[in-house]
Amino acid sequence: MKGTQKHVIIAGGGVAGMEAAGALAEMGYRVTLVEKGQDPGGHLLQWHALFPDSRPAEEVKSYLRKRIGNHNITVITGTAVEKIKHHPGGTVTVNLSGSKEEKADAVIVATGFDLFDARRKEEYGYGIYDNVITAPELETMFNGGRVTKADGSVPSRIGMIHCVGSRDEKVNNNHCSKVCCVTAVKQAIELRKMMPACEVFCFYMDMRMYGPYYEELYRESQEVHNVNFIRGKVSEASVNINNRLVIKVEDTLAGRPLKMELDIMVLMVGMEMAEAGTKLAVASGFRLGINRFLEAGDHHYGNNLSGVSGVFYAGTCTAPMNITDTISHARAAVAETVRYLDGR
Amino acid sequence: MNSDLFITPFNLGLYFILIYSVVRSTVWFMNLSRSDKLRLQRGFFGRPFMDSLREIFMESLLHRKIFKKNPLLGYMHMSLAFGWFLLIVFGTIEADFFGEKHLNPPSHAIFFRWFNPEHGAEGFARIYNVWMDLLLAFILSGLLLAVIKRFTPRMMGMKKTTKHTWTDRIALISLWLIFPSRLLAESFTCGAHGSGSFLTGNLGASLASFLPAAEIAPYFWWLYSLALGTFFFLLPVSRYFHIPVELLLIFMRNSGITTGDRHSSYTEVQTHACSSCGVCISVCQMSYAAGIHDIQSAYFIKGLRNDRDIAAITANCLMCGRCEEVCPVGIELGPMRLIERRQGEREDGKLRLAGKYAVTRIRSSIEKIPTQSFSYLAEEETEKADILFFAGCMTHLTPSVIVAMKKIMESAGVKYRFMDEQGGVCCGRPLMLAGRDREARELINHNSGIIWKSGAKILVTSCPICYKVFRESYYLEATVMHHSEFINLLIEEGSLRLGYLHRKVVYHDPCELGRGSGIYEEPRAVISYVAELQQASQERSMSLCCGGSLGNLTLSSGKRALIAADAARTLTMDSPDELITACPLCKKTFMQATKTKVSDIAELVAAALPKPLDKPVKRRTTRTTLNATGNG
Ligand SMILES: Cc1cc2nc3c(=O)[nH]c(=O)nc-3n(C[C@H](O)[C@H](O)[C@H](O)COP(=O)(O)OP(=O)(O)OC[C@H]3O[C@@H](n4cnc5c(N)ncnc54)[C@H](O)[C@@H]3O)c2cc1C
Ligand code: SF4
Ligand code: SF4
Ligand code: SF4
Repeated sequence: MKGTQKHVIIAGGGVAGMEAAGALAEMGYRVTLVEKGQDPGGHLLQWHALFPDSRPAEEVKSYLRKRIGNHNITVITGTAVEKIKHHPGGTVTVNLSGSKEEKADAVIVATGFDLFDARRKEEYGYGIYDNVITAPELETMFNGGRVTKADGSVPSRIGMIHCVGSRDEKVNNNHCSKVCCVTAVKQAIELRKMMPACEVFCFYMDMRMYGPYYEELYRESQEVHNVNFIRGKVSEASVNINNRLVIKVEDTLAGRPLKMELDIMVLMVGMEMAEAGTKLAVASGFRLGINRFLEAGDHHYGNNLSGVSGVFYAGTCTAPMNITDTISHARAAVAETVRYLDGR
Repeated sequence: MNSDLFITPFNLGLYFILIYSVVRSTVWFMNLSRSDKLRLQRGFFGRPFMDSLREIFMESLLHRKIFKKNPLLGYMHMSLAFGWFLLIVFGTIEADFFGEKHLNPPSHAIFFRWFNPEHGAEGFARIYNVWMDLLLAFILSGLLLAVIKRFTPRMMGMKKTTKHTWTDRIALISLWLIFPSRLLAESFTCGAHGSGSFLTGNLGASLASFLPAAEIAPYFWWLYSLALGTFFFLLPVSRYFHIPVELLLIFMRNSGITTGDRHSSYTEVQTHACSSCGVCISVCQMSYAAGIHDIQSAYFIKGLRNDRDIAAITANCLMCGRCEEVCPVGIELGPMRLIERRQGEREDGKLRLAGKYAVTRIRSSIEKIPTQSFSYLAEEETEKADILFFAGCMTHLTPSVIVAMKKIMESAGVKYRFMDEQGGVCCGRPLMLAGRDREARELINHNSGIIWKSGAKILVTSCPICYKVFRESYYLEATVMHHSEFINLLIEEGSLRLGYLHRKVVYHDPCELGRGSGIYEEPRAVISYVAELQQASQERSMSLCCGGSLGNLTLSSGKRALIAADAARTLTMDSPDELITACPLCKKTFMQATKTKVSDIAELVAAALPKPLDKPVKRRTTRTTLNATGNG
């Protein structure tokens, strides 16, 4: 294949981009992986341990690092893909930040997701009260090995708030982010293991345990770890004179309003279409769905097709997914890309 | 041939409309409440009468307001109304002066030329004729514009005109025929007799040069009379009924009658006074931002007038008040809609709409409180405080505003009590909007009790909705202040030490605070004190609605987002660093709609407070205008 080696550019170096790069390079294609951050890895870089089996995130990170170690792959970091254009004749040009232009035979878009900015749900007090944090921030605390309140003291009651920025008309996000319920369960178990004296409450609308072993994990959290689940939406948070958080919840199972004091409130922020991905899509004329993620050519059998020939989609830029599904989706994108390149 | 029979349609029409007007006004008068009757009687013999005459002259004849908004449209209305008025006045004088006898029946003035075909050959009569021809030309020029507007509304700077019913159409055609047929009738008669001035005389002469003018003239006199007669007969059932009714409305309004909270003669008069001018349609954000084109006030009023089922139209409105602000007739559109809403609630289940669509928070607050009483609320302990701070339910959803207010009041050394810190009792407005006045009263009584017992001199609230209710529906001794007013007071009396933020900001007037309560200056004064305030293209009384309005319980969140995005775009046109508002709901709505930073005015001021590292300001007891009296 050397000499006539075909070239694929991948926009976004998260789980999806790295897996796709590895798979293509393995088959002898020349790959350029463009990542706007300082290092490839995407959101995975922030996670401590992964659901459903609590394996260290490091294991998956090192798998992916190895995956892009192939000599066919060039990794460009600190650079964003700004526009993709297919030209008659088959060349695809890609504009990179810093006004560079690259040519390729095909492009895979793997720009991933953005975490919902919790400040937009002001009633939860994120950025206003000290002890309101997000799930990723809790992961960071796990990485550091200690979970404490802002003043360094040990919490005795923690609340996890589900669906922050997902399934919420008021912030224009009607979609479910899929991974936050199980993340809450995973984090609740870790908290209980780490601090057996600390109570943990999850406030949910529905428990969406859609993946293999998720339901089992949920059961274990209640039976083994005594995590409390309260069905109801938190309406607002404030602080009392002792600087403890006070939340108001409508307990829809018990059918009564409830007030509770908390030491730490963890917001399970959901996934939104990445801003950098949106810019790219607008500049390149890709279609966005009603949930504002990239809309694939067909929901059932064309889930990697962009509608522009030579351009394919991989990973959470099309919808919320866990790592397992992201990797499968990336491999499927590779299959579509190879089929396209061979058919030309 | 020279028979006067043709005046019959005109006469019949005229007497019909006169009798009809008298009967209808009498019925309306009889149905007024006792106090309103008194108001009207007193008004008739006092100043209001003169005010009304002046207003009728300025608005109904000259159409000053429309003129200011759109000169071309104003000219059109003016030439038709004022021109016709002058034609009648001077026609009557003409008949009286030059006719055979004094005090003629109206038909002698209207058909003067028919009865005096030779008139105006010389002297003063000749000059008078020029004047009468001028008037006719004036009206015809307006008519020409009206025809153009009908077919190309855009040329007249109007987005859309309202749709017409078939009676409207016939009335319109007869109205349009009146003046051209008069022109031709007079011209033919003048042509046959060699009389007339520059318009009728010249046109008549040239027509008579190739047509048998004397034979043709009667046909046009018939047409003229028929057009007038038809117009008068159709007047009560067409949109032109608004012309006489508006005169009545002006008298009633100037006598001090207001819409109130239930249907009455006054609401009926307002309904019939709407000219379907469509000015309210062009300013409605529901139309141009959200693409909903059938709920605007013109349609609402029309549905009301024709007794259609307008429950859906009534409910689907932001209650922003922009249309009321521009309505040239001055119809109280907001109160009218509220009355109609209550009507609807009573008919099909009080909480149907509220239960289905209300913001979850309000819904739960309504649902949580079934029909039981709130007697359990009565035990509240009350501490004394000069200044009472009531954040309001909405503000509890924007805790940064509360944090900012606390900082500001602490920094100014204000001794205050935070009335609803641990969650208070609702101000009552949502229940009122849902038509549950009795329950709302209980909440109001409860809150009033706390406020009275606290001995507070000033009640500060951060929510414009609470503010409006406190001012309008509570009986309090304390002065009610929105926090923007209160901060302004603190600045004015020198209790707040503030730095200058080098930021360009734009201010959004919340509906309930601006149009709703007339607070425009204080927020601007406060903002200009700490930052550079940009002007917005739509501000003060024409400020936009953020789209989050609690006044609309049926609008989908998608449509709301469209309105919010459009309003945010308009506000941030000059790319300010920050969009400032003074209402928690506006803040929450705009935060989802723009990338520009959105803050409450209290947050902006808090950001200008000296940093905590600085030496704390020496605490002093505030002089906070404890001698302030009266509300607002
Ligand atoms: C709180 C939380 C916890 C989670 N925990 C787990 C777990 O335990 N187990 C599990 O299976 N899954 C978990 N997930 C899901 C997992 O994070 C995702 O499945 C995975 O990160 C998706 O990878 P991705 O490559 O599609 O997107 P991303 O991780 O978002 O990567 C996209 C990359 O593209 C880059 N990029 C974007 N736009 C451009 C551009 N225009 N040019 C160049 N580069 C660009 C970004 O910088 C980013 O590095 C969790 C998710 C959340 C929110
Ligand atoms: S996964 Fe759970 S928490 Fe996340 S959006 Fe869906 S239902 Fe809400
Ligand atoms: S309500 Fe007022 S503005 Fe609207 S059409 Fe009627 S008169 Fe015109
Ligand atoms: S109140 Fe506002 S939303 Fe309602 S009709 Fe008038 S302009 Fe439109």
